[in-house]
Amino acid sequence: MRSEDYQQLVWRKTPKKPLWKGCLGAFLIGGLICALGEVFQEIYLYLGLDETAASTMESVTLVLFSILLTGIGVYDKLSRVAGAGTLVPITGFANAMSSPVMEFRVEGMVLGIGPKIFSVAGSVIAYGVAASTFYGLIYYILYQIGVVG
Amino acid sequence: MSRKKLGSGTYELKTPAVILSSAAMVGRKEKQGPLGEFFDHWQNDEYCGEDSFEKAESFLQKEAMKYALEKAKISEKDLDFVFAGDLLNQCIGSNYSLRDSGVQFFGLYGACSTMVEGLILSSMAIDGGFADRCAAVTSSHFCSSERQYRFPLEYGGFRPQSAQWTVTGAGCAVVSSAGNGVKIKRVCPGAIIDMNITDMANMGAAMAPAAALTLKRFFDDTATCPDDYDLILSGDLGKIGSALLVELLKTDHIILKDNYKDCGCLIFDPARQDVHSGGSGCGCVASVLCGYVLPQMRAKAWKKVLVMGTGALMSPTSMMQGESIPGIAHLVELSLQ
Repeated sequence: MRSEDYQQLVWRKTPKKPLWKGCLGAFLIGGLICALGEVFQEIYLYLGLDETAASTMESVTLVLFSILLTGIGVYDKLSRVAGAGTLVPITGFANAMSSPVMEFRVEGMVLGIGPKIFSVAGSVIAYGVAASTFYGLIYYILYQIGVVG
Repeated sequence: MSRKKLGSGTYELKTPAVILSSAAMVGRKEKQGPLGEFFDHWQNDEYCGEDSFEKAESFLQKEAMKYALEKAKISEKDLDFVFAGDLLNQCIGSNYSLRDSGVQFFGLYGACSTMVEGLILSSMAIDGGFADRCAAVTSSHFCSSERQYRFPLEYGGFRPQSAQWTVTGAGCAVVSSAGNGVKIKRVCPGAIIDMNITDMANMGAAMAPAAALTLKRFFDDTATCPDDYDLILSGDLGKIGSALLVELLKTDHIILKDNYKDCGCLIFDPARQDVHSGGSGCGCVASVLCGYVLPQMRAKAWKKVLVMGTGALMSPTSMMQGESIPGIAHLVELSLQ
């Protein structure tokens, strides 16, 4: 059998991703995480923090809960249902940073945790910083020529 | 000119090697699976009391070999060679499990086909007059494989439907030139086949063409057909890979029927255990063969069995560089007579 024909056969025999089920899981659990964030923000505002401090504290709290759930082995199980719903919010980033820490602690602080902490999230950080630098540069040029205020 | 070669690449042993004993050691999930009652021993703790998953894997291998030797009523000193391998980089699962044994050691890497590769080499060493007793042993561990090949365990990734679950387990078979037991009559080493599958979450698809090639070669060389065997067993093609194997062989007019099973489909219950396409890993065929198939053959449930270890020969580096996944399948014919 030719390689191209075999690829076709594999495509036919491989079950497709359960798209709608995945979307529903992502919508419900991802939405729940965001709603929870809103609740935390309201609580911090109620406690007297200003809007900037409240939203920072909200993120910090979500990160804290995400790491806690990663630590007790719940977050990855939640992700199997939620998919992008647990990946996209800030909690997904916290999970991506904390899970390698747990995994590679046996290799020690210097050779294990230190370099491996970025093994999943490294790309997000590297290209996130690069993209924001690029964005800043464009904004600066547009500001200098008076396009934006 | 080889005196033992049949056709294009099957080898008939003049002195059939006898499998004196076998033992399987598994983890909790495997114990809870449909074959749970057949495994010799199991570990509830995924660390097996050690401080790393790699050490835990070596422990499983060591224990499997200990139980197999106990059953054969021999000690490590009575072994001429041990053929061992696993999935970890530089085969450390085997290197560390055997470092205190003092047995002359051949480290193998055939990915998930290693158990059958070990059996082939053991039986060849015996038939060639180089050894009287050998052991073939392999292992895999879900946690040590995940961290090497994929993501950290607690990372919230999404597993595609075609993904397989690495078996935590080890198997050991003691092979001898004399004695009673299941015999290895003919062997068919595999060749590497690459059909350009690049999806690491669909390894059954990468391995199925190699399995088809080996089975076809064996049937052609020996002038036999699937109906001549009580059981035809593939290692870890999983649900998708075994369906592909059936399709591929159909094009060669070889029809696999109900006597064809896959260890990856037998070891877990997909409805209950969330393993998607089934089990995989060196420990998959090793534990199913050593814990279930060989003892059942000794109990006369089956007389003639073909066992095929299937391996996906990629590495995390080759995957990151965009390479496709080469597959391999080694086969042994087991017989009670």
